[in-house]
Amino acid sequence: MKHIRNFSIIAHIDHGKSTLADRLIQYTNLVDERQFRDQILDTMDIERERGITIKSQTIDLPYMDNDGREFELNLIDTPGHVDFSYEVSRALASCEGVLLLVDASQGVEAQTLANLYAAMEHNLVIIPVINKIDLPVADVERVKLEIDHELGLDPDSAILCSAKEGTGIEDIFGAIIDKIPPPAGDPGKPFSALIFDAHYDSFRGTIVSCRVFDGAVRPGDMIRLMSNGMTYKVEEVGIFHLAREQRKELAAGMVGYIIAGIKTVSDTRIGDTITLDIDPVHAPLPGFKEVKPVVFSSIYPIASDDYQSLLEALEKYKLNDASLIYQKDSSAALGQGFRCGFLGLLHLEIVQERLEREFDQSIIMTAPSVQYRFILTNGEVVIVDNPLYYPDPGKIKASEEPFIRADILVPERFVGAVMKLCMDRRGVNSHLNYPTPGRVEVTFDMPLAEIIFDFYDKLKSITQGYGSFDYEVIDYRESDLVRLDILVNGEKVDALSILVHKERARDRAVTICERLKEEIPKQQFKIAIQGAIGGKIIARSTVSAFRKDVTAKCYGGDITRKRKLLEKQKKGKKRMRMVGNVEIPQSAFMAALKTDNE
Amino acid sequence: MNNKDLPGLYIHVPFCKTKCPYCDFYSITDDSLIESWLDGVQQEVLIYNKEGFSVFDTLYLGGGTPSLLDEHGFERLIGILRDGFSFVPDAEVTIEMNPDDVTPSLLACYKALGINRLSLGVQSLQEEELRFLQRRHTAVAAERAIEIIKSSGFHNFGIDLMYGFYGQTRKSWSDTLNRVLAWEPVHLSCYQLTLSEGTPFGRMVSEGTLHKITEEQERRFFTHTSHFLRDRGFIHYEISNFARGKGYCAQHNMKYWQRVPYLGLGPAAHSFRDNVRWWNSRSAEDYCRLLREGRRPVAGREELSSDEIRLEKLLLGFRTEDGVDIDDIVGQSYGREALARLTSSGVVRIEGKRVLPTLGGYLIADRLPIMFFS
Repeated sequence: MKHIRNFSIIAHIDHGKSTLADRLIQYTNLVDERQFRDQILDTMDIERERGITIKSQTIDLPYMDNDGREFELNLIDTPGHVDFSYEVSRALASCEGVLLLVDASQGVEAQTLANLYAAMEHNLVIIPVINKIDLPVADVERVKLEIDHELGLDPDSAILCSAKEGTGIEDIFGAIIDKIPPPAGDPGKPFSALIFDAHYDSFRGTIVSCRVFDGAVRPGDMIRLMSNGMTYKVEEVGIFHLAREQRKELAAGMVGYIIAGIKTVSDTRIGDTITLDIDPVHAPLPGFKEVKPVVFSSIYPIASDDYQSLLEALEKYKLNDASLIYQKDSSAALGQGFRCGFLGLLHLEIVQERLEREFDQSIIMTAPSVQYRFILTNGEVVIVDNPLYYPDPGKIKASEEPFIRADILVPERFVGAVMKLCMDRRGVNSHLNYPTPGRVEVTFDMPLAEIIFDFYDKLKSITQGYGSFDYEVIDYRESDLVRLDILVNGEKVDALSILVHKERARDRAVTICERLKEEIPKQQFKIAIQGAIGGKIIARSTVSAFRKDVTAKCYGGDITRKRKLLEKQKKGKKRMRMVGNVEIPQSAFMAALKTDNE
Repeated sequence: MNNKDLPGLYIHVPFCKTKCPYCDFYSITDDSLIESWLDGVQQEVLIYNKEGFSVFDTLYLGGGTPSLLDEHGFERLIGILRDGFSFVPDAEVTIEMNPDDVTPSLLACYKALGINRLSLGVQSLQEEELRFLQRRHTAVAAERAIEIIKSSGFHNFGIDLMYGFYGQTRKSWSDTLNRVLAWEPVHLSCYQLTLSEGTPFGRMVSEGTLHKITEEQERRFFTHTSHFLRDRGFIHYEISNFARGKGYCAQHNMKYWQRVPYLGLGPAAHSFRDNVRWWNSRSAEDYCRLLREGRRPVAGREELSSDEIRLEKLLLGFRTEDGVDIDDIVGQSYGREALARLTSSGVVRIEGKRVLPTLGGYLIADRLPIMFFS
């Protein structure tokens, strides 16, 4: 066990976590240069494109130091987005130490802080690493100051590195071995292991990633998942190199996988404790909780005939993503579909993109909603995450919506803009903190509904990319809510309805009407778009009819160019949905999700 | 083989004295390439002669400005074509002319070599509009050209006009039409000005130095033109084309719209046969060089799928008064439903086995085809 080190890399998005991971892998000669694809740990297309890690992966790095001692270094990768903070916490619970990566040009950001706190909660050894020192705008001294003042860590212990150029990598290996303690644990005690991830494999079923704390598990053992008492017979155990590598056992201190005929990822819970059925531990490992979705939206197929195909796609998708929940839903405008719950807006976007790309579905998603609470006059409390089920307003005694505490770190010069943004988004109870000269930590209590749209994008843009943001859900607070309906040529498009704070209703209605006007193509007749609360129209816009659409020339024999143009339009039409007699493109439904006109 | 299905022959003469700022056809102002272009055409004739192109019933000399060829060049061209191909006795043989180029001797030469139809690019009879369009001829020159044409005994001539540009009024347009009608042309092509990207006018629009007229104004110009000419005995047989009677429709151009085979020679020329389309390089230099090296000047080729064929039938059919075969529409599940809707909204009507565009249908002819697809 003393040759094992279990560690994670934690960082703000874009601070170079994946590049560093790649470099560490490359250094251990686990792959040869030719095989090496950049950012090996991020395997999904979306992850590569967005440069973020969605599904965390784990890898065991064989390493020999200068004295010839051999080590097993388990790098437990973590997702880099607030939507997945629970998954991060379970990964950290499986480690003894972390590399805290800070970008030499960006410095400490809100997520760095949030990650640091999470690492401290688990009593992990923290090794600060200043990355991207090769950049011309790198400011190592300033970053050291921030590490000292804002993180309270010893700036002299920080390792200087450029993952891109491969400098400082040896120092990092040295620090991992010298500073991070080997795992504690007793191989003689009853078996306990923490699930920090699970993947679906179409041949083997669920591959559970876990960290063993005590005891050992071997093929043939009956294991028990403590949260639900389910038992399974272990088929195979092993560790992660680039591919899975079978072992005789997984023993205390090790990080690896268990295959035990578990059908879907949803049968496992991240954070759950695995023990042996015949000799169980008395209590599960601490920290388990059920992750609950916070953002809800409905998914409909663009062509209603594709409902069955969408159902199958969701079933398949769900095999590998336990955090997505869905149930049947139906809309007068869009027909049969599904109401889905997501961990956050990024999660929603990932599901949308993967359904379209990997499962070849053409879908429409409705505006994301949070879970509202309505206290009715008869004392009943109803929870509503779908505007379709908004109660009769005459019977509502009080409405409540979830609030979050937003934690924002910005250079001082942006404080005014950030305060304004938060107040525009109904933020209250602000606090300002000055951790280092020139930098401000702003905290606000804000409705969750106000940040699920494009708050983060907006924050990034008003702070020229310097603002960083983290949040946690705190409580429900009373709020004056209404349902805003959108009518197209007098017909209510229920899939466009949203629940919104009364004071924000008019602005949202105007924005949505304008957005739709831009997205709905001209048709043979005039199209009226209206926003209404109850029967009262509060906003409107009009799409004028097209009057003429014909080009003068179609000869010289060049028919190809003309046909290709039409083929493109024909394709676009496949992404339209008829509502009444109006063709509404998928893009119109998407555009209505955004809050700002820009 | 039915005469109707005989292929047409198009020759692209890519030479112009000056380039018009709205034109996106391929042309060059360097006339030193004329001889090597003729050599190229000769090579192409040999190639296609071996590939089963032999008898044609239309010949169309377009451009560019074919009337820029002097008598010697023109004679050589016709000689090349007659050596390699044959034409049915009553073949329609058209040449496009700029009014400035019309002289009695050139017309005599045309007549002697079998030209039986002239297409005169007049564009407008308002001097101001001609300057705006940067045409090299004047209205006076156009009038003079017509006199020569008539006295040379050409009665089968058509006039090309342009309308629908900023600054033009319905009055000035009607005046042009009236004066042109007094010449008694048997055919009129009235093109609404298209501001294509890549042309000087297109660039001026994106820079904001040239205004577009509104869609509503375009619609009014279009319907006015149709009513005006139909009231005076023309048939509006294609979006931009009007004829004094069925017999005066441009036989060659009809082949494009009816998907009859055609062979195009010269740079940037397009060809079509057996559901294959191909087109030549859009560079006179490359065209000449490739043929000199014994290679084909073909820049692209496509073989149409059944879906593409169906879309073409709709996109071409709805541009003409003959419309589309009803079987090409109701063959698909959505077609029948769309046909009912579009018939009731008055953009098409059914006559026997044909679905015909109305004037309202012409107005949205670029959109009609996809309305029949779900």
